[in-house]
Amino acid sequence: MLEIIKQPWPWYVSGPLIGLMVPLLLLLGNKAFGISSSLRHVCAACFPANIPFFKYNWKQEVWNLFFVAGIAIGAFITWQWLFDYNSIHLNPKLLNELNSYGITDYKQVIPHEVVNWQGLFTLKGFVCIIGGGFLIGFGTRYAGGCTSGHAISGLSNLQWPSLVATISFMTGGFVVANFILPVILKI
Amino acid sequence: MENTVAYNTKETTRNATQATSTVVINLKFLLAGIFFGFLLIKSEVISWFRIQEMFRFQSFHMFGIIGSAIMVGMISIFLIKKFNLKTINGEPIAIAPKKFNKGMIYGGLLFGFGWAITGACPGPLFAQIGSGATVVMITLLSAIAGTWTYGRFREKLPH
Repeated sequence: MLEIIKQPWPWYVSGPLIGLMVPLLLLLGNKAFGISSSLRHVCAACFPANIPFFKYNWKQEVWNLFFVAGIAIGAFITWQWLFDYNSIHLNPKLLNELNSYGITDYKQVIPHEVVNWQGLFTLKGFVCIIGGGFLIGFGTRYAGGCTSGHAISGLSNLQWPSLVATISFMTGGFVVANFILPVILKI
Repeated sequence: MENTVAYNTKETTRNATQATSTVVINLKFLLAGIFFGFLLIKSEVISWFRIQEMFRFQSFHMFGIIGSAIMVGMISIFLIKKFNLKTINGEPIAIAPKKFNKGMIYGGLLFGFGWAITGACPGPLFAQIGSGATVVMITLLSAIAGTWTYGRFREKLPH
């Protein structure tokens, strides 16, 4: 059993299981699968600053904060004991491209040559860490959801606005990954 | 004086009981989150490199994950509606519809930019931190600042 869990999983095993999060949260308590709202709840709980958008009873939404805390715990356990990163096979074309930017270690979830604590004080690292993070938080709230809320929950419920949002996510990502990020990584 | 002390003790006990019940009620969501964190790692969705592959159309992996997740979600919601399933507490299941506004395009594009740069959407941010990439805590704080900034200037933005 443990061997089956530890070995790499093809997309057609992990993908459908991720999809099951939608009915799981509905059945557990009528909750819509969505992560980015947690960022709003943190603002409402810690820095409401009299802004109407953050004046609501965040305590009623506290399940979402338990959920994201769980994500970090689950990731910790899995990364330590239930996963072999060496098993990931990435496209050699991508690795060649990244080599030319000085990114040669693929054994972590992030390119640690750029994304690390010292990197915060370099232009490249600052853009990737602070800039990228800001865009995630600003963009998801502006769009009213992220990959889980729109692409998975919204599309599962046949919501056409979620399709518009998902196409926008993908378009934005396509443009930056192919045309902007290479320039940033060459700095 | 004695009354005040007694009252305070009672108040503290009540707060403690309330806090305990909040934790108990939400324990199932913590467990669901642990399961989701497990899946985010097993699916390799947390990898910056996988996201770069996806946006360069160099691998089917991520499209397979997202596509099959949507298919399963769709079938599940269809079945929930068809059989009028209830939550474990017996409440009828209600899903709020999404109302369109132009923010979904503008915000969606901006989020796409951030997704490509950080290689993470909000869920994977928490998972990356859990996997030991501690510097991602700064990315998360910046994302919270981004959400706050949106809230602050919401009325001035086109929707």
